Formats: sequence, C-alpha cells, structure tokens
Amino acid sequence: MEFAELIKTPRADNVVLHCPFHLPVEGTLCLTGHHLIFSSRRQDNAEELWLLHSNIDSIEKRFVGSLGTIVIKCKDLRIIQLDIPGMEECLNIASSIEALSTLDSVTLMYPFFYRPMFEVLQDGWSSFLLEQEFELLSSVTNEWRLSCVNKEFSVCPSYPAVVIVPKCIDDDALRKVALFRHGGRFPVLSYYHKKNGMAMLRSSQPLTGTNGRRCKEDEKLINATLRSGRRGFVIDTRPLAVAQQARAKGGGFEQEVHYPQWRRIHKYIERFNILQESFIKLVEACNDQSHNMDRWLSKLEASNWLTHIKELLTAACLAAQCIDRESASVLVHGSEGTDSTLQVTSLAQIILDPRCRTIHGFQALIVREWLQAGHPFQQRCAQSAYSNSKQKWEAPVFLLFLECVWQIHRQFPCSFEFNEQFLITLFEHAYASQFGTFLGNNENERAKLKLPQKTMSLWSWVNRPEELSRFQNPLYEANSLVIWPSVAPQSLQLWEGVFLRWNRPSKFLEEAEAERIKIIKYNKELQAKVNVLRRQLAELEADGEVQEP
Amino acid sequence: MEHIRMPKVENVRLLDRLSSRRAVVGTLYLTATHVIFVENGSETRKETWVLHSQISSIEKQATTATGCPLLIRCKNFQVIQLVIPQERDCHDVYISLIRLTRPVKYEELYCFSFNPKLDKEEREQGWKLVDLNEEYNRMGVPNNYWQISDVNRDYGVCDSYPTEVYVPKSATAHIIVGSSKFRSRRRFPALSYYCKGNNASICRSSQPLSGFSARCLEDEQMLQAIRKANPGSDFIYVVDTRPKLNAMANRAAGKGYENEDNYSNIKFQFIGIENIHVMRNSLQKMLEVCELKSPSMSDFLWGLENSGWLKHIKAIMDAGIFIAKVLIEKDWVSFGHKFNHRYGNLDGDPKEISPVIDQFIECVWQLMEQFPCAFEFNERFLIHIQHHIYSCQFGNFLCNSQKERRELKIKERTYSLWAHLWKNRADYLNPLYRSDHSQTQGTLHPQIAPCNFLYKFWSGMYNRFEKGLHPRQSVTDYLMAVKEETLQLEEELEALQERLANLQKSQSGNNKVKSRQQDRSKQFGLYSSNNSLANTPQEYSNDLKSFPSRSPSQGDEDSALILTQDNLKSSDPDLSANSDQESGVEDLSCRSPSGGGCLPSEDSGKDSDEAVFLAG
Repeated sequence: MEFAELIKTPRADNVVLHCPFHLPVEGTLCLTGHHLIFSSRRQDNAEELWLLHSNIDSIEKRFVGSLGTIVIKCKDLRIIQLDIPGMEECLNIASSIEALSTLDSVTLMYPFFYRPMFEVLQDGWSSFLLEQEFELLSSVTNEWRLSCVNKEFSVCPSYPAVVIVPKCIDDDALRKVALFRHGGRFPVLSYYHKKNGMAMLRSSQPLTGTNGRRCKEDEKLINATLRSGRRGFVIDTRPLAVAQQARAKGGGFEQEVHYPQWRRIHKYIERFNILQESFIKLVEACNDQSHNMDRWLSKLEASNWLTHIKELLTAACLAAQCIDRESASVLVHGSEGTDSTLQVTSLAQIILDPRCRTIHGFQALIVREWLQAGHPFQQRCAQSAYSNSKQKWEAPVFLLFLECVWQIHRQFPCSFEFNEQFLITLFEHAYASQFGTFLGNNENERAKLKLPQKTMSLWSWVNRPEELSRFQNPLYEANSLVIWPSVAPQSLQLWEGVFLRWNRPSKFLEEAEAERIKIIKYNKELQAKVNVLRRQLAELEADGEVQEP
Repeated sequence: MEHIRMPKVENVRLLDRLSSRRAVVGTLYLTATHVIFVENGSETRKETWVLHSQISSIEKQATTATGCPLLIRCKNFQVIQLVIPQERDCHDVYISLIRLTRPVKYEELYCFSFNPKLDKEEREQGWKLVDLNEEYNRMGVPNNYWQISDVNRDYGVCDSYPTEVYVPKSATAHIIVGSSKFRSRRRFPALSYYCKGNNASICRSSQPLSGFSARCLEDEQMLQAIRKANPGSDFIYVVDTRPKLNAMANRAAGKGYENEDNYSNIKFQFIGIENIHVMRNSLQKMLEVCELKSPSMSDFLWGLENSGWLKHIKAIMDAGIFIAKVLIEKDWVSFGHKFNHRYGNLDGDPKEISPVIDQFIECVWQLMEQFPCAFEFNERFLIHIQHHIYSCQFGNFLCNSQKERRELKIKERTYSLWAHLWKNRADYLNPLYRSDHSQTQGTLHPQIAPCNFLYKFWSGMYNRFEKGLHPRQSVTDYLMAVKEETLQLEEELEALQERLANLQKSQSGNNKVKSRQQDRSKQFGLYSSNNSLANTPQEYSNDLKSFPSRSPSQGDEDSALILTQDNLKSSDPDLSANSDQESGVEDLSCRSPSGGGCLPSEDSGKDSDEAVFLAG
C-alpha cells in the first residue's frame, strides 16, 4: 500500500495551531506517511511540531463557515487544535489523519520505516538476554536451570523461548504443567531474593475446573521452591468469589488439600477493562476546565484511579513482605497471568531489589517482566484515554505500573537512578514510538515480525550517553535496602507529570529541577577540583620529602 | 501546680493511631507546662512531650477491659491515645488536664515561664528583629502621599490598632476619627501595603456601620483621601471578603457594606470567603478525615471534598490577598487580628476560634508548591510558625492587640519567636532559593483560573505526626547537605590553592605543612541515607497476622509519636516533642551521622515501624 493514496492534501498553508499555555501560531501543515508536521513561519522563532500518526488517539472536526477546525487528542494525553482554511482541505486532512492513525497492519507502522540518525553503540535487542540474567543467578545458587522447552513457542505461545525453572523439574514435567495452567503459562522464576534465597514465581491460574483436577508435576514444581518445613504464599490477584467462579469455565485456584504447604491470599486487582474506564474518567476530570474545586475532587474520586494505584501497591508490598519478612516463597497469578500478575511481580522487585532502581536494571526489569513475560502491549496500548472505540482489549496496565513506580519514587526521591522523565518517556513509547520494542504481544509475535532485524530497539537509543543524561536523577545515592512505601491515601498523589502535563504551566517546576541539577553539578565539579589539587599537593610533598634528606 | 491532681500514672499504654498492635507501655507525668509520656524499656526510654497549650481537646472514652482510654487532640494536629489502667486515675488526669489546658490568666501561659537562657540584651534584640516602621520604610513610606498619624497614640481611637498608623496625608485627624466612628470596632481604613513602583496601595478596615441607609461624610472623605494618594488612578476597589449574602444580612444589624452611590469613584467587589464559623467546621471535618483509621482512597477523597477545605483555600488564593512575602508580623499581629479569640489560648467562647492563620500559612505553602524557587524559607519554617502560634512559648502571638500586649509587658516578660527562628535559620532555608533567580524577581503570578488540581492536601501539616505517611527521603534536606558540603569544598579549594602556590614557591623549604587531608568518606557519609524508616514494611495485609512467623514489628521504635532524648537535643530543643517531625526526616535523609551504604542487611532490629494501612 502506498501512503500517498491516503494523503489527498499533503500540505496546507495559513493553518493556526492552538496548544494550551501557548499563543496560537500560524504556519504550514504537512502530512507524510507517518507524521503530521506543523512549522510556523515566524522567522525569529521557527517552531516545528512533529506528531506521529500512531500517537493520535482520536480526532474531531467542526466547521464555522469555510474555516475548519480539527481537534487532535493524542495517546500521550495532549490535545491540540488546528484551524485549517478551506473546507475541502480540512476534510481531506481529517480523513487522512484518521486513516493513517488507525493502520491495521503492524508492518506499516513507523518503526519499520524509521532510519536512525545516530550510531548504535549497543544493540538494545540483545542487551537483555535471559541467559545473562541466569548467569548472575548461577553465581549465587545452583537450584535453578535454564529451560529451552518453549524453543518453538509451542508449549506456551506467550512465553519466551527460554525460561528459568527449578533444577529438579525436567522439560517433560514442564510440558505437563503447561497443560494444567491457563494458556500454558506454567510457574517460572520471576525473582530470586539473594538475601534469604526465597523465590517469587509467576504463572496463570491452574485449570482445576469444577471437579478439582490436580497435577502432581505442578505441585512438585512449586514445592521445589520451598525450604523444608516452611510454607509459601500464593498471591491470587482475584477475589475469592471470582476465583471460584472461574472453575465453571475450567479455571480455578490451588486448593489446600493439594497444596498443603501453601497459603493462599486473595488481593484483588481490577481487571483490565475496568482500568480502561477508570483511565478515561480520570483524563476527563483532568481536562475539565471548570473552576469548581468540589467537582474536581469528586471526579477524581469517581474515576477510582487512585484506588487502583493503592490496591496495586498494596498487593506488591504484600508480595515483597512475604519474601523479605516472612522468608517465604511466593507464587503470583490471576487468570491469564499477563496483566495484574506482572504488575505485582515487577513492583515487588522495585521494592526488594536495588538493581531494579538503576536505569539499566529498570530496563532489564521491563524487558524480563513485561516484554518477555508476554504482556500484550499491542492490544493494551492500541488506544489511550480518548478512544471511543468499544474494543475491549485496551487497558492502561503498563501505565498503572509506571505510576506505581512513580509513587514509590516520590516517597524515596534519592533511591532511584532514573528520574520521572524516564517513566514518562516509557509511557509515551509504549503507546506510540519510532522504535519496535513495544510492538507485538509477545516474543513469539516479535520473532515472526522479525522486529530485531527490521526495527530499532528503544534501548539502543535510550542508552546512548547523550540521552541517558536526560534520564538521570541528580539526587541518586545507591540504596542497598528494601524500600517500603506507604500506601495510605495521604501518601498517594495524582501523577501530574502525566495527567496534568499539558494542562499546567510547567515552567516553574522545570526551573526548580534545573536548580537542583545545578546545585549538585557544582558540588561534583568542586569535588573533582579539590581531588586534583590534593593529589598534586601530595605529590609535591612527597617530592619534597625525597629531596630533603 | 494546685491544678494537678495526679502528677504521675504508671503502666499507661500509648496507642499507635494507625495500628492497635503497636502500643507501648510507660509512665505518664503531668507538669505545670507539659504532659510527658516516658516509655518503659531499659534501652530507649523514649519520651513524648506535649505542651498544655497545644491541647485542643481531651476526650475520655468508655472504660474497657484493658483500661480507660483518653484521647488528646492537639492544635498542631498531633493526636495521642492513652489507655490508663484505673478509671479513677484517668478521671483525675482528665480533670487536671481540662484545667491545665484552659488557663484563665495570661500569666499561666508557658511563655511567661519559658526561659531559653538569653540575657536581657539578647531578648530585646529578638523583639527588634521585625520592626514595623522599617517594613514601611522598605515599602517607601512615609512619602509625599502617606504619613504616620499619631491619632491613635493612647489607643484612643481604636484599641485594636497599633499606636502608629499610616494614613493619607490629606486625611486630617477629624476625618480619621469621624471615619472610625462609622466602622465596626472603630477600625478605620489604614495602610497595609504600599507598592513603590506604581503608588498603588492596599488599605484595610472593618465593615462600615451603614445599616440600610446610614452614611458618614468623614468616611467618604477618608476613601477619597486614599484614592488621591495614588495620583495614577481614578478609582479605588473596595474588596469585601465576605460572600455578598453575609454582607447583606449584616445590614439588619446596623452594619453592612459601602453604598456605591455615596462614595465616588469606587468599584465594589465581593470575594466570598466564608466566615470563621464555616472555616472552623471545615477544618474540623478535614481533620476527621486525617484521623480515619486505614481509610480507603474513596473515604479520603470524598471526605476531603466534603470538608470543603481546599475549596476555601482556593477562594482565599483567588482573592489574591496575599503577596509573596511573609508579612505575618505586620498584617496579622500588629493590626489586631484577634489572636486570643481565634486561637483559644485562654479559656473563652469556642465559637470565636477560627483557623484563619492556618489558612494563610497553607496558602503560602500552596504558593511554594507552584513556585519552588521563589521562597527563601522551606516547608519546615511554616510548620514551626504554625506550631508556635499555639504553643504559647513565645510572646508574639499572645493577646488580641498591641494595646493588650503593651499592658502585659510582653516584650519585657517573654521572648520573641522570630529571634528563635533566626537563630536556627539554617534549618529553614529553601536550597533552591537564589536572590538572583527569576522566580524571586517581582510579583508571582499564581495559576488561579482553571487549575483546581494544583491545590493539594498538605499532609506535611495535617498529618505531620504520622511520619510513615510522608516521603521517606527529603529532597530539601539532601540539597541542604550538598550545599553545606559545597561551602566546605569551596573553602578547602581555596586553602589548597594557597598551599600549592606556597609549596611551589618554596619547594626546597622546610615548611612542610601537615596534610589537611580530610576523611572524605566521612564527608560522603553526610548524604548517604540512613534508611531505617525506609526499611520498614507496614501492614499490607491482615492475612499475615494469623500466620506463625517472625513478626517484623518486634522491638520497633515508633518515631512518629515518640521523641528520644537525642532528638530533644537536636538543633531546636525548644520545639520539644514537636521537633521529632523534622528529626524523623533527618533520620532518613542525608544528615544522619550513621551514614548509609554500610548498613547491614539484617535490619529488623532497628526498624521504626510506623504503620499505615489497610484492612484486607
């Protein structure tokens, strides 16, 4: 398909761009296959806006006389307005944007066309291999092994080709366990707590059905992670009633009789479609321009967004507490094991593992616990909060995770190597990107799309020194401890950096951040200077002593 | 002392507000000035000190099998729950406290017995720190348009105004006196703020006694004089801070508002800030929300909305009354804000108490959140001022007017808070403030219009004693430590350069200076964080309780309420039990002497285990 077919009016002059907190600008609008480009004509301050079509969530058009207006609502929650003279031009442009922003074939997406202007220092596609992760693990324990049972993605289509499992469980057993778990997602290692040797596993629900089916291999697999005489915890992300209902559809939960060493805790985390509704309501509240404080607070409350944040953080803290404080192994699952399960396991690692709070470690966490673990990014991030389509696969599951990380970051502002901007950047790229990282729903699909060969990895770009410096937290001091966040309502705040990003003046906050960076930079420069002088002085003094006798 | 029926009670339990599991047993003492709880236990013997003047209410609850609960709520938003074994003891403590917290004479207040061991000169110096006339001189008055009037020299015109008042030059004593007779409590229009740049001014007064039709020629002349004092302007705005309905209702009582027909060239505007009774109820409702045990997100947000507190804060901000400098001394104290009535330091009519100053302080905080570089002081400064308004430890906020303060010889008999704050000013600095920063130049333009969401709940103030709810690492403290180290580095750099130059000059000389190597690792320790609080899990699930396990809460310290002896010795001993909120932050932030980095992985022993949360 040629993009040109979809672009009847590639260019319009005398277009006026309206953005919040900016004066309207007049300029020229251009449409290309993947971008909407607006450039102002003002010589003094040539502004350009490049918007990926895939970032456009919805558009609205209206006319006053022959002046058309298009309101573009983006997946990163930004809203812009374009006034386009000429009804025909406006209609053409609107329909082009509509078509180009809803291309149904993945291979037509921008990452397949994007040619980076930078030199790749390290290929992000091979920066985070599970084999490397396993090597690290092997240096502290020999109770685990790397299994290639899913080499062809045949045992579990949403798992990666290699997984880490208890050493004493062979591939044949894994195949049997896969048949006992929803979607073949048998329990695999998510995190190993070096401090006490406890493990966090994740899986999907067991397929016990109404007649209480059991699977000896499944029991053996998860029991293999327990110390003798100790119990473990199963954290089920559904309420008990839902788990019980699931049996009617062939699903279920681990029953005490068959798993006597495990204690089940139900910690309800909302299903993805409910999260999407909540997301839409919250963004609506944030865009409400009325002057009424009561209305704002009740809309914020009615969106339930912060309730979801609190529930999720609580579940993650509980999982971390079981591992660190109760010295127990933990198995986390909900139904499919691709959404709430991953939210809990990845957040628990942020709390427990200092490595996950570094820039590189956090990337590794996202690759391991989200991309390789088969979170269906393409389905979940197809649309954002302005979508009016009633498709039921979209959900801000990953955004909710990022916000929880932000909430912990806010409570421990010196314990993370990355800054808020890094989290916002990940949110943006999950929804629309020039990079192939978040395309596809699992490793299987990514392999079929040949993403590593045909697209650039986000990590190749992020890890360039120039970019990396933008994402560094100037206050970072490595903190080797477990960090326990507060989940009380008073401690949780709306993530303004995402939800109010386009609706608030950011100048003063940016100035404050610049000031913080400046203070610390100056301190470090002084330190370096002092160190140099000290060395010089020491050398001179040593020379003096040598000469003296 | 005759009011203390029960100076000491043993085996009292101090409950943790957020978790009933974490009660501590200790001894309760009543002194003339404080309630003190000393925890049993050989090692720590932690102490909680509460000034009687901070106590806002005492509630004796129904006796249970474990004893008689006593709930003490403080004006600085601390809440203390005690359980006293014997009902009789509890009653005695209750009766004693009721009396102790409601002094009938000024002389019973703590500031008359508080002695920070300063000599007379230092005390006088302290009272001179904030000089009203200097403030007015800074603004550029007196000048061609404004002068000091001595019309109120013996408080003869208005007893709640100071003796020296700035008025327009053209306002004669006759006009002033005439105008004062037409104003509620004789508070005639007087200068509050003068803007050198454009001659604009802010004056304030009480409502006119206009009733439905009364008028007063002198009052009309007074407003004319004010208008003429700004030659650049043809009219003046009269801003009425009440909702219009309230102002209209007041006419029936012979009061009311200026009739635009009688005053030439005025523009009238109502702002709609609710009265003190509404505000008091609103704060009360919000504090109830803060006190909820493990509230859900909805409980919290719904309660916050229902209290209307943020709505009132926004209304006040919208009014734009506040200028970006702290003018507390001038605007609030000298001009007869009814401190005693509003803050209930003495026993009196509870209906007269209102959180107006709390709201002012919060408004400043809300501005600080929007303009992080614009204020020289930090959040702690505001919290400590709020604390001392109620502590009665310093004389500044006593009495209702300058007249009363002079009669009581406050300046001779008590100490000034400003001197105290000035002494510890390093603790109150905003590290982001630079006098040459763009945010510190000229007027701030806060985002008023559509930005409801910019007004946030201030947990640092209203939940200040629940440290578990606050960020565990303080950016402010971290940056302050960095800046302090930067200063040291600057000095060291200079010294090193000098020595290097000397050494190079006299390479062969004998002046081998002993190396002034400092222990760098120690300096770095300055801001590696001690995360003892960080390292404390909370009750994330009730399910774990029944499970036999190593309880994480063994031997915990709860620094949310408790003050250790060490903390008492911290930079601000006078804050007594209340400095813990800062030292708690310091515990985790950079300035802890124990340093971070090297903390053992086995950490359960040194936890402070403040609970937050939730029912399963």
